[in-house]
Amino acid sequence: MKRLKSTALAALLLAAAAAHAADPNLGRNLAATCANCHGTDGKAVPGSGLDALAGESKEKLLQKLADFKSGDKPASIMHQISRGYTDEQLRLIAEYFAAQK
Amino acid sequence: MMLMKRRDFLKMSATAGAMASLYGCAAGAKAGGHVVVVGGGYGGATVAKYLRMWSQGGVQVTLVERNPTFISCPISNLVIGGDKTMEDITVSYDNLRNKWGVRVVQDEVLGVDTGKRTVTLAKGGSLSYDRLVLSPGVDFMFEQIPGLNNAATQQKILHAWKAGPQTVALRQQLEAMPDGGVYAIAIPKAPYRCPPGPYERACLVANYFKKAKPKSKVVILDANEDVQSKKPLFMKAWADLYKGMIEYRNNSEVKDVEVASNTAILEFDQFKADVLNVIPPMRAGNIAAKSGLKLVNNRWVDINWLSMESTSTPGVHVLGDAIFPAPTMPKSGHMANQHGKLAAAAILNLLAGQEPNPAPVVMNTCYSFVDSKNVIHVASVHQYDAATKLVQPVKGAGGVSAARNELEGKVALAWAKNIWADMLA
Repeated sequence: MKRLKSTALAALLLAAAAAHAADPNLGRNLAATCANCHGTDGKAVPGSGLDALAGESKEKLLQKLADFKSGDKPASIMHQISRGYTDEQLRLIAEYFAAQK
Repeated sequence: MMLMKRRDFLKMSATAGAMASLYGCAAGAKAGGHVVVVGGGYGGATVAKYLRMWSQGGVQVTLVERNPTFISCPISNLVIGGDKTMEDITVSYDNLRNKWGVRVVQDEVLGVDTGKRTVTLAKGGSLSYDRLVLSPGVDFMFEQIPGLNNAATQQKILHAWKAGPQTVALRQQLEAMPDGGVYAIAIPKAPYRCPPGPYERACLVANYFKKAKPKSKVVILDANEDVQSKKPLFMKAWADLYKGMIEYRNNSEVKDVEVASNTAILEFDQFKADVLNVIPPMRAGNIAAKSGLKLVNNRWVDINWLSMESTSTPGVHVLGDAIFPAPTMPKSGHMANQHGKLAAAAILNLLAGQEPNPAPVVMNTCYSFVDSKNVIHVASVHQYDAATKLVQPVKGAGGVSAARNELEGKVALAWAKNIWADMLA
């Protein structure tokens, strides 16, 4: 029991340390990996046919990404790309795009 | 006019140090300083724009590029196949200048003094930098194909592996070739720029022949043991769309050429073509070796994956095709753009006295046309791994198209519009 507690504490401390070490611009940097296709800051070239992500709601983006990841939503390529990111990274990306106007 | 402008920014860059402290005062811990970027391709244009955008103009950026406009290698095989024009793959640097405030200088860098942190320009003068980004692409190792080791023969037997005049010239050679002729494309041993590119070109030339010169043939002389990218999808396209028209020969390294007769000389064999297209072996753009950066295999720049900084030379970041890649990472324009963003983020942190992002991610998407409309892709995602200090491909992610399809043909052209805008608009 005691050992469990200390393990939990260690995990908490580790998580805190990791959170502390994370770059404050991590969401911005991760979202920039999407910009090649979806436009700088999610502003896709109008009429290009690719989805603009800027200003989309975080919930909607996360649901879409989760469906790509699980395979529920058919895709040509996004099922393969979404699986390369952790859920936490996808959350940061969705938050960043949701905050763009 | 040009001289005046250059004198102006030379003056400015001389005061970059002073400016850095000024910006530091004005914006707290934000980054300031002067970054010189050499090469305005997929990597260099991206890092220039993102440094300006992410620093909100706090960091001064000078981009040195020898060409007046950006011409894209991706999509250029469609120009060679006759489906697109040069205009379709050419983009201006005007937005980098006017919208983002990048000083774009049409010039060539002769050398770098990494101690004094200055670069020397061919047209005269020099630039000082706080951080330097080299995005020089590749240069060809013509010395490995002696017959091609002079400027005159290089105009006859083309590589067309840098989009520009050679793209146009190869198209002209194909147009001038009589029906019943043979086009041969020679692929060097990997690693080389754009792994699927030669196979895509073979498809698009065959696609042109099918329509305009149906008795003609395409022969692929591959120095490698096997097709280097999207193999099943390319093989299926060759069998389905170009039966009897495309011939693939593996282990066929071109050792030399006989220019007068358009003959490729292989180890035990020779091959005469009507249009001979030789892609020579390549290495990091010559400025990398000239700058004294540590190279792997005497060819590719060894970099630190947290910052894209040279492992041997502090303050010099290297992007794109010129680097020694991480495992399974292709030399692609898409990847160079991702390198540009990784480097921009790291440089801004470093200029502000902070550590680079400890968990960078890059990803690749590459579309290849197998005819005018149908496309196949390969994709991958690469996450930084602290144990190996490399960005490693994520297992279970990435992959290729299930089959060639027209939807991805549309997406490929949309990809081009968006990535060009991401770099240059």
